[in-house]
Amino acid sequence: MMTIRVLKDKTAGGIMFFLTLSSMLLVVIMGIGLFLKSAPVFEEHSLGELLFSSSWKPMRGEFGFLPFIMGTIWVTVIAVVMAVPVSLLTAIYLTEYARPVVRKYVFPALDILAGLPSVIYGVWGTLLIVPFISGWLAPRFVDFSTGYTMLAGGIVLGVMILPLLVSLFIELITSVPEELREASISLGATRWQTTKAVVVRAVLPGLVAAVVLAVSRALGETIAVLMVCGNLPEIPGSLFDACYPIPALIANNYGEMLSLPLYEAALMFAALILFIVVLLFNLVSRVVLYRIEKTFS
Amino acid sequence: MKLKFLEEKLFKILMTGAMLTVLAFVVSIIYSILTKGWGAMSWDMILKLPGGGFYIGKEGGFLNAIVGSVYIVGISTLLGLLISIPVVFYLNIYLKRRSQIAYIARIAYDVLFGIPSIVYGAFGFTIMIYFGLKTSLLGGIIVITLLIIPIFIRSMDEVARQFPREILDASYSLGATRLETIRVVLRQIAPGIATATLLSVGRAIGDAASVMFTAGYTDSIPTSLSQPAATLPLAVFFQLSSPIKEVQDRAYAAALVLTLIVLLLSVLGRYITNRFSKHKLK
Repeated sequence: MMTIRVLKDKTAGGIMFFLTLSSMLLVVIMGIGLFLKSAPVFEEHSLGELLFSSSWKPMRGEFGFLPFIMGTIWVTVIAVVMAVPVSLLTAIYLTEYARPVVRKYVFPALDILAGLPSVIYGVWGTLLIVPFISGWLAPRFVDFSTGYTMLAGGIVLGVMILPLLVSLFIELITSVPEELREASISLGATRWQTTKAVVVRAVLPGLVAAVVLAVSRALGETIAVLMVCGNLPEIPGSLFDACYPIPALIANNYGEMLSLPLYEAALMFAALILFIVVLLFNLVSRVVLYRIEKTFS
Repeated sequence: MKLKFLEEKLFKILMTGAMLTVLAFVVSIIYSILTKGWGAMSWDMILKLPGGGFYIGKEGGFLNAIVGSVYIVGISTLLGLLISIPVVFYLNIYLKRRSQIAYIARIAYDVLFGIPSIVYGAFGFTIMIYFGLKTSLLGGIIVITLLIIPIFIRSMDEVARQFPREILDASYSLGATRLETIRVVLRQIAPGIATATLLSVGRAIGDAASVMFTAGYTDSIPTSLSQPAATLPLAVFFQLSSPIKEVQDRAYAAALVLTLIVLLLSVLGRYITNRFSKHKLK
């Protein structure tokens, strides 16, 4: 009787351990799989050539990823530059200033923003942001723009990472003990001075980690950006040029990738770049965030 | 007025402005999708398959995409639950609180959660080629399952970690094994499992980049696992890229359906959290 129960307990533990281990190993398997698939492209091209050449001619076997890498970096930078101040101020307002009733209405709205599918952001981008840029903003700076630009991609992406940033910031700010604030207020500091000099300073590494995390999210966004950023394989020269981020490249060409030699390997290499960058960013920021969680709890 | 009070005022205005900007984005997105989609909506859209000449603006709807999405999301969610519930129990009950394995596992799931869906798609595609599969319902199910497992585990783990250790000890002291103790825990974290499920369903139904590679697209409803399947986000994406207005309208209608589903899931999630967290032992 007793032994059967213990046996059951042990067997279940074994199965659970197996499931845990194999799902964890998915990270490793994914990396290896993508590497093996992209290996053929290294036989004819060096890593430097792949990363720093800007000639993208799959028909002739030339795979320079620089335009796509630059496209990805620029779109992400625009998104982060716009989203970070807005989300930090929002997070501070919601945690330090807002009355509970405000939170009661704003949190569900943020939830909705976080839950909306990428493709919906894309539709919204083509409906509002693209016409806004081509019809109103761009004519003030350049002669002509279709609206399908790096700026449009950056704006849509910026809105997409807002809810993630706000929720990470809020989590960090609320983890700061109340006594620290009280000490500062009792010395005559205003709320904002307290926020600036005590609260934000206490979780500064965490705020940076949160931004890194948001960057890694932004790097991989595919459909929404693909729908608004124009997709021309050239290094963008201004905000009103089209650009072509890496995820968009993969999504647009998966159909024909089996028809050309090395094309598949090149696209898998693109996925591998994304994988490695996102993996590193995530690892670093998560470890930092865990540390902070530990110091305050 | 002293400078510090001026600064206080200024930043209060900036913060309110920032929050209103965020809210304005939410309203603008929902409003534009609802109005644009409502104008294009009809019963045909959600009840009919694409007819002949559908992509030049003739008859039909996108029932194929709705059914395809339901198949993929439904089966993946079940599989995801089957895999992730044991993992969460293992992390929280079988392993000790300060276990190194649990720490590494949590970071691994965080990383998996962060990996873009397009990478999942590309990876899924390589697996499928390896096993000789074509784009199919099965491929879509596999990739979406892999995609939502980390979401499941992370959000259920969050709830399970709050679980009071004393209740476990009480159960052990009555002579229960760890496996039997799970029943006690299960009852307590059930609302957490429900919200995690809704979250995963929301993510699964909205994801386009991964199913693009693996499930493909088709005008008919798949009758077996080896046939390709259409999905709602791809129905929006493909039809919006058409130059014909009628086809674009259908993209807006499909976007409306997708948005309504996601909104419903969000409302339901909030309801469950509010309704059941009252009775939770603290």
